[in-house]
Amino acid sequence: MGYYIVVTNNVLCRDRYQDTCRVEYQEDWTYLDVLLRARDLVHTGAQLITHPMAGSLKPNQTPYRSVVLGTGTMEDKEPLEDVMLMENSIDSCQKFLRGRPLPNWPEDIKKDFRTLDLSFIDGAMARAPRRPGITE
Amino acid sequence: MRLELGKIHIKDVQFGPETKVEAGVLYVNEDEIRKLVLEDERIVSCRVELAHPGESCRITPVKDVLEPRVKVSGGGEIFPGALNKVGQVGSGRTHCLDGACVVTVGKIVGFQEGVIDMSGPAAEYCPFSKTQNVCVVIEPKDGLETHDYEQAGRMVGLKVANYIGKAGKDVEPDEVVVYETKPLLEQIQEYPDLPKVGYLHMLQSQGLLHDTFYYGVDAKTFIPTLMYPTEIMDGAIVSGNCVAPCDKVTTYHHFHNPVIEDLYKHHGKDLNFVGVILTNENVFLADKERCSDMVAKLAKYIGLDGILITEEGYGNPDTDLMMNCRKVQQAGVDVVLITDEFPGRDGKSLSLADACEEANALASCGNGNVVIHFPPMDRLIGMTDYIEMQIGGWAGCKNDDGSFDAEIQIIIASTIANGFNTLAARGI
Repeated sequence: MGYYIVVTNNVLCRDRYQDTCRVEYQEDWTYLDVLLRARDLVHTGAQLITHPMAGSLKPNQTPYRSVVLGTGTMEDKEPLEDVMLMENSIDSCQKFLRGRPLPNWPEDIKKDFRTLDLSFIDGAMARAPRRPGITE
Repeated sequence: MRLELGKIHIKDVQFGPETKVEAGVLYVNEDEIRKLVLEDERIVSCRVELAHPGESCRITPVKDVLEPRVKVSGGGEIFPGALNKVGQVGSGRTHCLDGACVVTVGKIVGFQEGVIDMSGPAAEYCPFSKTQNVCVVIEPKDGLETHDYEQAGRMVGLKVANYIGKAGKDVEPDEVVVYETKPLLEQIQEYPDLPKVGYLHMLQSQGLLHDTFYYGVDAKTFIPTLMYPTEIMDGAIVSGNCVAPCDKVTTYHHFHNPVIEDLYKHHGKDLNFVGVILTNENVFLADKERCSDMVAKLAKYIGLDGILITEEGYGNPDTDLMMNCRKVQQAGVDVVLITDEFPGRDGKSLSLADACEEANALASCGNGNVVIHFPPMDRLIGMTDYIEMQIGGWAGCKNDDGSFDAEIQIIIASTIANGFNTLAARGI
């Protein structure tokens, strides 16, 4: 039976999905750390379910990142498509961080960023089948 | 569909006892606007301020900008399904207060909103530095949930623009522009020898502060569809996002979509403007696959020879942009992309987060990473408490005299990715 893997540094995302998905959460992960972990999972055979740069917040603006992967998907993906998407996202992330580092946001701003990050994942998961690769 | 857009030229805006247009001057009743806004108990305070071009005045944080419009005939009302009742729009007669804008201001989520300077160097980058602005500064109830506040803020803009727009209903316009697109087969027959050109309009649809609505429908939930270009001029599309100030497509920009405007200018001369395909920019990758397939199918199905594509936002939407480009090209339809760029301050990094071989023609709307100086202004509408946190600012970018340095991505619509600006890049 397939399952979803949620890689995240957003506690709201962990709390929302920890009962229904396999959640990999580390509070001290950076945006880039989440992408690197997602890339590693792609290399071990997991498939991307959500876009690694969901939301148009730039990687030097938001501290939070969540990526959903799965053990199967309905898409007919090209070989290495997910690997390329991960590598492009990692490149892009590093480009922004080289240009300007992430600010040290106050807690109320961080809360807003967590809410936005959760909203991106909620929007996608509301449209995904209950288990990856299976239509209902 | 045939739409007559009556433009009432507005040269000035003033407060007055009655909201009306007289001799090119828009008078607004402040109390009525405030009462309208405060009907929503989620908003606890509302202030109305006016800003004119050339004034030493800064407006920030700006959420949305809208043009006051009203349906005069042809059925439906402005902002169908979002504010007014759902009903087909895009035909008959619409009046707009050309040169006047409603600007919604206030902290929404403390980093996303932008700046409008009414004079000085930053004014050159912003279309709303040249308009007569009715600024509605709102403050939410304490502890209001973020989604609720976004929705309340969005409705404030729609309500006030709708209210002021009504003042133009019985005014004789200074200029009437007629736009017409016929049903597909008739439209193709009208200019059988001209290339058939369409427009793919990609709508932000990623989630909170990243959403767009078509007849009130959240764009992430629809599948690609066809739209008559005139529907957008009656408010069929409403912005619910604050992606980054520079490339946010405000509700004003939906009214004044420059791609649609220019395609109509060329229509019947060197091309046959057949229609608009709408699609979304979803987070769920299966949606991207599905929707880009459908976009390519529709482009081929309606017989296009070429298509212009615009996106909104950076990162995730770049993948949609490239998937659409690749599949539409593979379907045998020529593609030109229009977007802004984030290649770093020196312009040397990759501009977009994704690319494909088929993306071989692109019109650039500028580099959002360029830094400029924002001098102090005599008057402030809103607050600059968040400048350092707003997109384009940074810790320490603000000085005691109110001046600051920031990337031009902090300016509303400075590099807007549909081309409603003057920035460009040339290359081979």
